[in-house]
Amino acid sequence: MQEAEPMVRIRGLVKRFAGREVLSGIDLDVPAGSVMCIIGPSGSGKSTLLSCINHLERIDGGRLWVGGELVGYREYKGRLYELPERQIAGMRQKVGMVFQHFNLFPHMTALQNIIEAPIRVKGEPAATAKRRAMALVERGGLAAKHASFPAQLSGGEQQRVAIARALAMEPQLMLFDEPTSALDPELVGEVLAVMKDLARSGMTMVVVTHELAFAREVGDELTFMDAGLVVERGRPRDVLAAPQEARTRDFLSRVL
Amino acid sequence: MILKLGSDSGVPDVVVPLRHPWTWAASGMAVLIAAAVAVSVATNPAFQWPVVAKYLFDAQILGGLLRTLELTVVAMAMGLVLGTVLAIMRLSANPLLSTLSWLYIWFFRSVPVLVQLIFWYNFGALYPTLVLRVPFGPELYHASMNAVITPLTAALAGLGLAQAAYTAEVIRAGIASVAHGQTRAAKALGMRPATIFVRIVFPQAMRVIIPPVGNEVISMVKSVIALSDLLYTAQLIYARTYETIPLLIVASLWYLAIVSVLSAGQHVLERRYRQR
Repeated sequence: MQEAEPMVRIRGLVKRFAGREVLSGIDLDVPAGSVMCIIGPSGSGKSTLLSCINHLERIDGGRLWVGGELVGYREYKGRLYELPERQIAGMRQKVGMVFQHFNLFPHMTALQNIIEAPIRVKGEPAATAKRRAMALVERGGLAAKHASFPAQLSGGEQQRVAIARALAMEPQLMLFDEPTSALDPELVGEVLAVMKDLARSGMTMVVVTHELAFAREVGDELTFMDAGLVVERGRPRDVLAAPQEARTRDFLSRVL
Repeated sequence: MILKLGSDSGVPDVVVPLRHPWTWAASGMAVLIAAAVAVSVATNPAFQWPVVAKYLFDAQILGGLLRTLELTVVAMAMGLVLGTVLAIMRLSANPLLSTLSWLYIWFFRSVPVLVQLIFWYNFGALYPTLVLRVPFGPELYHASMNAVITPLTAALAGLGLAQAAYTAEVIRAGIASVAHGQTRAAKALGMRPATIFVRIVFPQAMRVIIPPVGNEVISMVKSVIALSDLLYTAQLIYARTYETIPLLIVASLWYLAIVSVLSAGQHVLERRYRQR
């Protein structure tokens, strides 16, 4: 029986920054419709791994497929040819990304942030984009804030706008890079609630996070990374309750 | 009975702001001095205000004013367009483009603008004729260089090309000031490089670019070149009539007017691009 193609397939991924290896051969599959949580100490390479999935970082070795398509390269007769930026941009439309520091466009209102890419990238009519954006804003509980600029919003509100902005492109996959790490503690819950809602709707998600409770409750799989390698992976409940590796036990004992 | 302070006692708090008596005294002094200067300037016959009034809307002066505006607008437009191109080249990952841009900026900022202007005036001495031809083929266009490069075009080329080098650095700094995460977020949404520049990076860079470019425009208005611009026209007239001070006042009044309009324009642009 042939296994279904995973949404994300990573084989032997290597990434170096100025000669220093930050990812040393990562193998990882994320099945469609599942939620993969990645935890690990800072500097373990988990955020870099996320940036490689939508080719915000060029990879230095290995291969990476999203939806069955090779990311960033075209393979021909055993060689990899780097794709031009415009083709990579086309692939990125299918992958939404949420950043630790939100990265909303400060010169645009919340609504303008959300409709910008659908209009400029997909050529969607402004009226349709606005209608869909308002629906997303309401789903995020931000209907009253759609005309506000990012600087007028709280961190939690900004992150919820950022999630709506990514969803407006109707992606097949969502990447979350420590989405709650820059938030005041009392604002973390509102962002996690939006993410839980999204996971329940069947979205494929890769979430780099320090929220172990979220990983336990929402994650289908948990990956622990250290020093550029996948150390341990499994069902979140199992990994968190009974880690098999010494490094995982050590990390968990420090964060729990 | 013990007197309680604050709202507990039922008496509302009265906040007495700190008084600044010396600010008031100094302000009064400044107003007095300003008034004395104004009265002196207005009543001193040596300023020859009737002569100022006579020349303020003189046809020759207005012609000079027009020439100054023409030079500023065209040279600044050249500087902005070419400067933006140079800034983008400078920031390009392509080493050939960024080196070319660096060389241009290095050269045109190093050689004094006056030398550049004189060079363009005398371009006809270096290349007397301008010929456009298909390489090794027939001639398409033939003209005397002095007919192509008039004093006006020489001034425009000199000012515009030099301005581009300065503007390029201002624009480069503006682009560099935009947080890297903005480009990452725009890329992650699938935007192409040109869209990212036009829609995301440049509007945010404008906030940093406008004040120094405002400075550049204002100093461009007053750049001294031997062409029949506003100041030069005033000098021509007083060389003939010896009414030096009134004519310099005429020129200054016009410069004040131009710069006031430009400053207002800058203010409007800054509001348009302000960070909210």
